[in-house]
Amino acid sequence: MHLHRYEKIWLTVGLLTLIVFIIVLGINAFAMGAQPPSDAQVIDPTKVSQTPPFDQPGLKQLGNNNYAADMTAFVFGYAPNRIEIPVRSTVTFNVTSKDVVHGFEIPGTDVNMMIVPGLVNSATHTFTKPGDYLILCNEYCGAGHQLMAAHLVVK
Amino acid sequence: MNEAAMDPREARPSSFAFERSDRVLILAHLGVAYLALFIGAAAGLLQGLQRTGFIKLPTPLGYYQLLTAHGVALALIFTTLFIVGFLFSGTAKTLDGRLYPVDRVWAWIGFVMMVAGTVIGLITILTNDATVLYTFYAPMKATPWFYIAMALVVVGSWLSGAAIFTAYARWRRRHRGQVSPLFAYMSVATMILWIIATLGVAIEIIFQLIPWSLGWVSHIDVGLSRALFWYFGHPLVYFWLLPAYIYWYVNIPQVIKGKLFSDSLPRLTFILFILYSIPVGFHHQLNEPGIGAGWKFLQVVLTMTVVVPSLMTAFAMFATFEMAGRAQGATGRFGWIRKLPWKDVRFFAPFLGMVMFIPGGAGGIVNASYQMNQIVHNTLWVTGHFHMTLSSSVVLTFFGISYWLVPALTNRKLTWKANNIGILQSWLWFVGMLLMTVPMHIVGLLGEPRRTAFTTYNDSPAVQAWLPYWPVMGIASIFLFLSTLLFLGTVIYLWWFAPRLETAAEYPIGEARDTSHKTPMILERWPLWISITAALVLIAYAVPIVDMIQNPAPGSPPIRSW
Ligand code: HEM
Ligand SMILES: [Cu+2]
Ligand SMILES: [Cu+2]
Repeated sequence: MHLHRYEKIWLTVGLLTLIVFIIVLGINAFAMGAQPPSDAQVIDPTKVSQTPPFDQPGLKQLGNNNYAADMTAFVFGYAPNRIEIPVRSTVTFNVTSKDVVHGFEIPGTDVNMMIVPGLVNSATHTFTKPGDYLILCNEYCGAGHQLMAAHLVVK
Repeated sequence: MNEAAMDPREARPSSFAFERSDRVLILAHLGVAYLALFIGAAAGLLQGLQRTGFIKLPTPLGYYQLLTAHGVALALIFTTLFIVGFLFSGTAKTLDGRLYPVDRVWAWIGFVMMVAGTVIGLITILTNDATVLYTFYAPMKATPWFYIAMALVVVGSWLSGAAIFTAYARWRRRHRGQVSPLFAYMSVATMILWIIATLGVAIEIIFQLIPWSLGWVSHIDVGLSRALFWYFGHPLVYFWLLPAYIYWYVNIPQVIKGKLFSDSLPRLTFILFILYSIPVGFHHQLNEPGIGAGWKFLQVVLTMTVVVPSLMTAFAMFATFEMAGRAQGATGRFGWIRKLPWKDVRFFAPFLGMVMFIPGGAGGIVNASYQMNQIVHNTLWVTGHFHMTLSSSVVLTFFGISYWLVPALTNRKLTWKANNIGILQSWLWFVGMLLMTVPMHIVGLLGEPRRTAFTTYNDSPAVQAWLPYWPVMGIASIFLFLSTLLFLGTVIYLWWFAPRLETAAEYPIGEARDTSHKTPMILERWPLWISITAALVLIAYAVPIVDMIQNPAPGSPPIRSW
C-alpha cells in the first residue's frame, strides 16, 4: 500500500504523541496510584441493611483526620444524608446500592463513581477547603432521580 | 445565465437509475428514519426546555419518559434505519446497479422486524412501562415487550446486513480476482462491525433481560449485563460514524469534482476501526466496581489506538479537498479552498459536520483518559460530547446525503431553492448545536449531572455555577427543533413536490485518482480480519468476563422505580 510522504510524517507524529500520552496515563495510574474506583467487594443487594458495615451507615473515625464514610444509596437518597468533617480530613467513601444502579458524585472534587447493586465501590478524597459539598446521584435511577442528594459539610 | 446552466450538479449527467424495487426499499427505510427523527427532536426540544427551567411538563408526561423516547428514537432507530437505507443505495449502485431478489427478501424481512420493534418499543415508552432510557440498565425492569422490541430491532438489522453480504458475495463470485467497489466494501465492513458488536447486547437481551423480565428467573447479574451492554455500546458509535466516513471518502470527492485520494487506504482505515472499536467497552465503565483496574487500562490503550485511523481520515479529507481544488486550477498555498463548492449543500452540510468533529474528537480523548474521565463521567460534558460527534458530525452528514438521495430516489430535482434552504438549515443546526454543546461541556466540568430533570438540589451552592448556562441551552434546543422542521419540510418537498427530472439524477461516486498502486487483495480476506478481531476481543474481555461468570456478585431482583 502506498503512503504519501506527508502522510507518513503526519502519522508518525500522531503515533509518537499517542505513545507519550499513553505512557503518561500509565505512569499516573501504576506508579502514582491514580486509579479509578474499581473495588471488587461483593454484597447481596437485598440484604444490605443486615450486612456490616452497611447495617449502620455513617461516618467512622479511623485515625487523626482520617475517616471512613460507609454509605448506602437507594431510591432516592443516601444514608447518612448529612456528614460533617473537619477541614483537611481524608475520607474514604464506601458505598453500595440497596436497589438499582446509582451514581456518587461530589462536584468540585474528583469523587465520581458508579454504585452498582451487588458490589461495593469506594473513593478517597482529602477536603482542604471548608464548605457545604453536594453529593449527588449522576446515574438515572427512577422518577425522583433529580432529588437524590446528600450533603458533606467541611468545617 | 439560466439556472440549469450554472448548476454543477447537472454537469455530469449519469445514465444510472435505481430499479423500482430498490427505490421503494430504500425510501421505506429513509421514511421511517425521518419519522423517528421528528419524534426524537420533539422530545429533545421539550427536554431542553424542561431541564433548563423554561417549561414544566404536563403531568402525564415525564422527563425520563421523553428522554427514553429521545434516546431510542434518535440513537437507535433514526441512525440504524437511515444507515441501512444509505448503505443499500450505495451497494446497489456500485455493485450491479441493483439489488437482487434474494437481497431484497432479507432486506424486507429485516425492515419489517425493525419497524415492528420500533412501534412496540415506542408504545411501551408512551404507556410509561419502559422508562428505563435507551441503555435499559438492569435492575430497573421495563415490560418484557420493550426488550422484545429491542431484540427485534437488533436481529432485524442483522438481516439488513445479510442483504448487503449476499449482494457483495455474488459480485465477488462473478468478478474473481477483482477488487470490490469501495462503497460496497465499506458497507460490508460497517455491517461486520455492527454484527460483531450487537452480539453483546443481543446476548444481554435474549439470555438475561427477557427471561428475567418475564419472571422465568428471579435475579439478574447486573455487572455482567453492563459489561455485555458496553461491549456493544462503544462500537455502536463507530456504526454511526462509519457511514458518514463512507460519504466523506467515496461520495464527496465526486461532489467536489475531485478524485479519491486512494482506494486502499480507506479500506485499511475501516479494518482498523473494526479491530480497535470493539475490544474497548470498559472505557465506559472506568468508575465501576467489579472490573480490575488493569483490564480497564488495557482497554484504554486499545481505545486510544483508534486515533490512528482517525488521523488517516483527517489527512485523506484535506488531501482530497486540496487535490480537487488544484485540479480545477487553484494556485497558491490555499487557493484550493475557494474552489470548493461552498454553495452546494451536499458538500456544505457534511463540511460543517467535519468542522464539529475537531472539538468533538478532542473531547473524546479526554473521556477515554483513564483519570480525566473521573471528572466528566456522567456529567453533561458527555452529552455535549456526543451531540458534537453523533448529533452534529454524523447527523449533518446524513442531512447532506438526504438532500440528494431522496430526490435521486424519487427522480426529482434538488432545486437551488431547496439547496439554499438546506444550507440555511445546516447553519441553524450547526449554530444550535454549538450553543447547546459548548455550555454542556462547561457545566459538565462544573459537575452538572446528565440524565437529570430540572433540579436545584434545594438551592445548593454548587448549582449556582450552572445557572448562567441554562438559558443558552434552552434557546439552542429551539434552534435545533426549528432546524429539524426545516429539514423535514424540505425532504417532503423533495420526495413529493420538486420538479421531475427527464434523465436520472446523479448518484455521486468518486473515482480513484491513482490506479497504478494495486489495492492489496488481503484487505478483502474477511475471515482473517474477523479472526484478528475475535482474538483482540478474547484478550481484552475473556479473563474479566469469565471471572464475572465464575464468581458472580449476588444478583438483583427486578425493580420499577419510576
Ligand atoms: C432537536 C435536536 C436535539 C435536542 C434539542 C437535543 C437535546 C438533548 C438533551 C437536552 C438531552 C438530555 C440531557 C440529559 O438530561 O441527559 C439529550 C440527550 C441525548 N440526545 Fe439529544 N438532542 C437533539 C438531537 C439529537 C440527535 C439528532 C441525536 C442522535 C442522533 C441525539 C441523541 C441523544 C442521546 C443518545 C441522548 C442521551 C439520552 C440518554 O442519556 O439516555 N440528540 N439530547
Ligand atoms: Cu439517580
Ligand atoms: Cu466509547
